[in-house]
Amino acid sequence: MPELESAAPLDTAAARPASLTELFTAFSLLALQGFGGVLAVAQRELCDRHQWLTPREFVELLSTAQVLPGPNVCNLSLMIGDRFFGWRGALVALAGMITAPLILMLGLAWLLGEASQVQQLQGLIRGALSGIAAVAAGQIVGTVLKLSAPMRQHELGWPTALSLSALALVMMIWLRWPLVWVLLGLGGATCVFTYTVLRRRRQVASAKETS
Amino acid sequence: MSQAAPPLLMSPFMWAPEVWWSLFGHFIALSLMSIGGAITLVSDMHRRLVVNDHLLSNGDFTAAIALAQAAPGPNVLFVGLFGWYAGGLGGALISMLGIMIPSTTLALAVARWVSTRRHWLSVQAFQAGMMPVTVGLLLATGWVLAPPLATQPRALLLSVVVAVLVWRTKIRLIWLIAAGALLGALGLV
Repeated sequence: MPELESAAPLDTAAARPASLTELFTAFSLLALQGFGGVLAVAQRELCDRHQWLTPREFVELLSTAQVLPGPNVCNLSLMIGDRFFGWRGALVALAGMITAPLILMLGLAWLLGEASQVQQLQGLIRGALSGIAAVAAGQIVGTVLKLSAPMRQHELGWPTALSLSALALVMMIWLRWPLVWVLLGLGGATCVFTYTVLRRRRQVASAKETS
Repeated sequence: MSQAAPPLLMSPFMWAPEVWWSLFGHFIALSLMSIGGAITLVSDMHRRLVVNDHLLSNGDFTAAIALAQAAPGPNVLFVGLFGWYAGGLGGALISMLGIMIPSTTLALAVARWVSTRRHWLSVQAFQAGMMPVTVGLLLATGWVLAPPLATQPRALLLSVVVAVLVWRTKIRLIWLIAAGALLGALGLV
């Protein structure tokens, strides 16, 4: 069947990175500011400070980045780098996002490992890390609750969308299904279902236009 | 996840090619399933690395995620820390390569394809259809990481309070991490 398309006006950003070096530095700096999540910092830096993207472009790239495998901020950096400098830009932006934070974190892990040789410090670090672990679990749940807000406007209606989320949770936690079953099985079925719903809606809309 | 402590005997420059290959195999296999970020795969990684292969202790596993959450940068870096705890510097690098290469290649190819076809119905159906599933998988991740009620009720309470604060307020996440570290170091959670 033919794909339905619609034209959208393209808005363009005010600026672009001058060089691969500038791209690398910008992504390194924003990644290093991203405690507990890079996305908010990325939006502020890329749209407001550098003005390499309009907010609308940012959201469009992010929506694609989120459904692809891989960390969404890494996918986002790939796409932005690719847009300005092709595949070299993609690699440079991704390298900027990962290199400095990785070095910092491995250094930190090493220090913690060394410090844990000292008896007095061990209890403190152990305690601090278990406190941080509790916070980390809470942060994930809180972020999911935030992310679930767009489901109120979901194409399938929010009760259906919410039930599907609950079903995915049950499959993972209680049924202990491997992730790939949930992704391919439930995810695949949901996508096909959404497609039929959207198609029916478009057909109704175009029937109204022609009548 | 009661003990979140760094391992006591580990050299950063350890030579462990067998461990490295094992890590590489696990992460390259998981990479293309990481829709919603590598963090959605935590329960699956726990099963593979801790329960089945004993590459990591339960404590290392939780500590790696806690540290990655505390440190700046993309969350995916916790995969590098798994590699670090299991196989030193080489383990860290090879784990990052494993988790990144497949998803990066696919992301770049698909992003180019989608950018010219984003008004297609099938593209929109995929984007909308995956959303509830991703939310459910992320909740499962939080569930696995949450401290157990039986042994750590106060830590679980902290998790719940943090979840509500992150959801409802714009509080800087780093303050929450700092508070968690302080409460933990004082032995209160």
